[in-house]
Amino acid sequence: MQSKTEIDFMGVRRVAAGVSAMLALVSVISLFVNSLNFGLDFTSGTSVRLNYSETVDIDQVNLTLQQSGYDDAVVVTFGSDRDIRVLLPVDSSVEEQDQAEQAAQVGEALAAMLQEETRSQVTLLGSDYVSAKVGEELAEQGGLGMLVALGIIMVYIAVRFQFKFSIGAVVALAHDLIITLGIFSVFQMEFNLNTLAAMLAIIGYSLNDTIVVSDRIRENFRRLRKGSPIEMVNASLNQTLSRTLITSITTLLVLFSILFIGGESTQGFAIALIIGVVIGTYSSIYIASNVIIYMNVTREDLMTPVKEGAELDGLP
Amino acid sequence: MLNRYPLWKNLFILFVVVLGLLYSAPNLYPDDEAILINNENFEISEADIALVETVLEAAQIEFFGVVSDENSMQFRFGDVDDQFRAKTIIEEALTDDYIVALNLAPTTPGWMQAIGADKMNLGLDLQGGVHFLMEVDMEAALERRMQDNLSNVRSILREQRIRTRGINLVDNTYLEVRFSSSQERFAARSELINNFPEVQFQNREVNDLFLLDMRLSPDVILQTQRDTLQANRTTLLNRVDALGVSEPTVQQQGSDRIVVELPGVQDPAQAIRILQRIATLEFHLEAELGASRTSFEAYQTPDGLPVNVDNDVILQGDRISSVRSTLDQNGLPQVQINLDAQGGNQINRVTRENVGRNMDILLIETKSRTIASLDEQGNEVEEIEFFEEKRLISHATIRTALPRTFVITGLTAREANDLSLLISSGSLAAPMTIVEQSVIGPSMGRENLESGFRGVQIASALVVLFMLMYYRLFGLAANAALIMNILLIFSVMSLIGATLTLPGIVGIVLTVGMAVDANVLIFTRIREELANGIAPQQAIDSGYNRAFTTIFDANLTTFLVAVVLFTIGTGPVKGFAVTLMIGIVTSMFTAIVGTRAIINLIYGGRSVKILSIGRYSRSLSSST
Repeated sequence: MQSKTEIDFMGVRRVAAGVSAMLALVSVISLFVNSLNFGLDFTSGTSVRLNYSETVDIDQVNLTLQQSGYDDAVVVTFGSDRDIRVLLPVDSSVEEQDQAEQAAQVGEALAAMLQEETRSQVTLLGSDYVSAKVGEELAEQGGLGMLVALGIIMVYIAVRFQFKFSIGAVVALAHDLIITLGIFSVFQMEFNLNTLAAMLAIIGYSLNDTIVVSDRIRENFRRLRKGSPIEMVNASLNQTLSRTLITSITTLLVLFSILFIGGESTQGFAIALIIGVVIGTYSSIYIASNVIIYMNVTREDLMTPVKEGAELDGLP
Repeated sequence: MLNRYPLWKNLFILFVVVLGLLYSAPNLYPDDEAILINNENFEISEADIALVETVLEAAQIEFFGVVSDENSMQFRFGDVDDQFRAKTIIEEALTDDYIVALNLAPTTPGWMQAIGADKMNLGLDLQGGVHFLMEVDMEAALERRMQDNLSNVRSILREQRIRTRGINLVDNTYLEVRFSSSQERFAARSELINNFPEVQFQNREVNDLFLLDMRLSPDVILQTQRDTLQANRTTLLNRVDALGVSEPTVQQQGSDRIVVELPGVQDPAQAIRILQRIATLEFHLEAELGASRTSFEAYQTPDGLPVNVDNDVILQGDRISSVRSTLDQNGLPQVQINLDAQGGNQINRVTRENVGRNMDILLIETKSRTIASLDEQGNEVEEIEFFEEKRLISHATIRTALPRTFVITGLTAREANDLSLLISSGSLAAPMTIVEQSVIGPSMGRENLESGFRGVQIASALVVLFMLMYYRLFGLAANAALIMNILLIFSVMSLIGATLTLPGIVGIVLTVGMAVDANVLIFTRIREELANGIAPQQAIDSGYNRAFTTIFDANLTTFLVAVVLFTIGTGPVKGFAVTLMIGIVTSMFTAIVGTRAIINLIYGGRSVKILSIGRYSRSLSSST
C-alpha cells in the first residue's frame, strides 16, 4: 500500500518554499529582537548557600520562593540534606563588579525571607556571583561545532551524491535549526544546556531523514530512464513516505514518553526535539527535494559511474 | 543457499550477544555507601584501622568490607544514615591530618572485575557531584620565575665580581640590570647569556647608566604557561585521589583554566577545602652563624631541632620534575629528586660553593579555616579565612655539588616516604582560584538517572509494541535487535570507561530511534519487493541489500556529526556525542546483521509462501 500513494508533493513546492521562508524570516527576526530565554547555564547568577538546622523540604522551599517572587530560582541540595544552594538569575542592567557586591545583600535577603517561612534555623553559608563565561563558551563551541559539522557533511554528500544534494541537505538542516530556535525565541521557552544538546540531536535526525530521501532520488534517477526531475522526486517521496512517517511516529513516541515521564530535567530537551522532529519530517519532504529541483538537478548529475552496492561485500 | 548465514557468522553474533550481556551485567549491582579515609602526609597504619573500628563499634554503627593499603582505608555501611553518622564520629576521633570522605564502593563480584566488567561511569548530572572551574594565576607563575631569575642574576654577577647599580623587576617578564660602564655590562652580558638561554638580552642607555634588559621571549612565556598548567593539573589529580572519586575529570580548558569534575562526591564542601589547599616548595640555605637578624627566619625540623633558614630562595618547587622514595645500594631509604635543566644548573651553582652547609626545604601551604564571629545583629556568622603555613620539611647537609638528580639520605623508611609525598604535593606551580563551581546534590542526580531511565524504558516499550503490531514477526526480530543494541551500548560504555550523562541518555534515545529506522527502511523495502511480485526469499535478500546503502549513508553522515561534536565539544556536548557514536556502530550491527540472523533462522533455507511482515499482501491483492 505504501508504494501506491501518489501525492503530488512537488505540486505545492512554491507554497511550501514560501511558508518555510516566512517561518525562517519570523524566526530570525524574533531571534534578533527577543533573543533566546537563556537558562542559568548561560546567564550570570547569584549562588546562595544556606544551612538548615533540620532536614530541608525542597518542595516547600521552592513553593516559598515562588510565592515571594523568585520565580526562576533553582534549588539543589548541597552536601547533606540540611544544606541547600539556591541559584538566582541576576539583573542584567547592573555592572558586573556591582553584581559581586550585591550578591551578599541578595543572600542575606533570601536567608531572612526563608527563615520566616520555616521553624528550622536558617544560616547563610555564603553567596557568590557566578559569571556566565562558561555557558557562553559552551554556546560558542556548540555554534562552531555546528558550522564545522555542516562543512564536513557538505563535502561527504558532494562526494557520495552530488553537490546539489549537499546544498539541499544543508539548507534543510539550517531550516530546521533556525525554525526550532525561532519557536524557542517567540514563545520565550528556556534555552539551557539540555536544549543545546537537543539542537545537536536535531542535526542528526534531520540529516538522516534527508539522506534517505536523497538516496531514493538518486536511485530513481539511475533506474528510471523516463520522467522529469519533478516526477522523479515525487515518486521518490511517495516511495519513502511510509518510512518517513513510521520513523517520525516511533521517534515521537519516544519523545512524548520522555516528555511526560522523564521528569523535569529532560522536558526542555523533549520539547525541543519534538519541534525539531516535526519540522525535520516536513523539511525532508518539502525543503531538501525542493532545493534540488530549484538547482535543476539532471540525470547526468547522478550518472557518475559509481559502482552501486560496492560496499555490500561481506555484509548480508 | 539463500538467506542462510554460515555457522561462523551465527557463532560470531552469539559471541557478541554473550559479551554484551556479560559486560552490561555489572550495572545491575548497586554501590555500597562507604567512607574513605586518607592521610596526606603519612601512611595508614594498623593502629589507625583499629581506632576507627573501635569508635564505630562504640557508636553501634554496623560496618563491613574493611580494606586498606598504605594510603587509605575504606569502610562500608548499610545505608546513608549510618554513613553520615560514621563520618562525624570518625572525624572527631582522628586528627585534622586525615581526610574523611564519603564515597561509594562497587559491589560487582570479583570475577567480573577481573575480566574488566565494571559499572558504567555516571556523569555529574546522574549521580551528583561537584564541578569546578579553576583559574591558574599565570602572572604569579611568571613573577615567580622572574624572581627566581633575579636572584640568580644577582648571585652570578656577585660570583664574577661584576658590580651593578641595581637590578629591577620591571614586570613579570622583564628584568632590568643597571651598570655604570659599558665594559661591566659587556662582561655581565657574556656571562649571563650562557646561564639564561631562554632570555632575550638588549642593551640600552639612559642618562649615564648602561642598562641591560632581560626579557622572556613569547615562546618561553607560552611554554611557562603550558608547564605551569600541566604541573597544576598533576597536583590536582593527586589531591583528587585523596577523595576516592572513582572517575574524576581534571582537564585543561583554554590557556589558563582547569576543569575539575568529581562525580559522586557526597560532600562538596570538603572537596572544595582540599582542592583549594595550595602548597608550594622553596629550597633555602641555612643561615650562617652571625648572619644579620633580618636575613633569616627561625623554623623547627620535624625532629624539633631549631634551624635558622636564610631568606634567599635558591630553588622553587616548580623546578622539580619528579620525586620518589627509593632504596640506595645498601638498602637504605632515600628520597630521589629530579630537577629540570635550569633547576639543575641553579642548584649546582649554589651547592658547589656551599658544600658542608645545610640545605632546607620549606613547604608553604595556603589553608583555609572557618572562623565564627558575631555580626552587628549578634548572629553567629562563619567566614572562611585563608592563611599561609610554612613548614620546614627537610634539613640536610650538602655533601657535594649537586647535579640535576640528587638524593636526600639518612632517613627512616617512613620519613623518606612522607618527605617524598610532601615534596610532590608541594610542587604546585602557581596559585589557583575557583572561578566557577556548581554542585549537584546526590538526590537530584538519582532523580535524573531514574527519570531518564524510566523515559528510555517506556519509550522502548512503546516502540517495541508499535514495531510488533506493524511488522509482526519481522517486528519481533527488530525488537530483539533493539534490546540487544541498548545492552551493547551499555557494555561498550562500561568497557571503554565512557561516562554516561543526561545528554548521553538522550543520545541513546536517538539511537533507539535510528536503529528502528534502519529496520523500517529494510522492512519497507522488503514489502515493496513483495508488492512487486518478487518471491519471499528473494524479497528478503534484496530488501536487505538495497536498504543497506541508504542506511550506510544516513548513519555515516550522522556519525561524522558526532565525531565533530566530540572533538569540539566539552561536557554535555561530548557526553551526547560519545553515546551517539557508540550507538550508531552498535545499531548498524544489531539492526542489519542481528535482525538478518534472526530472519534467516526463521525463514532461511526452506520454501516460504508468505512473510509475516504486516500488510503487504493485502495491498498486493488490492492492486491486482
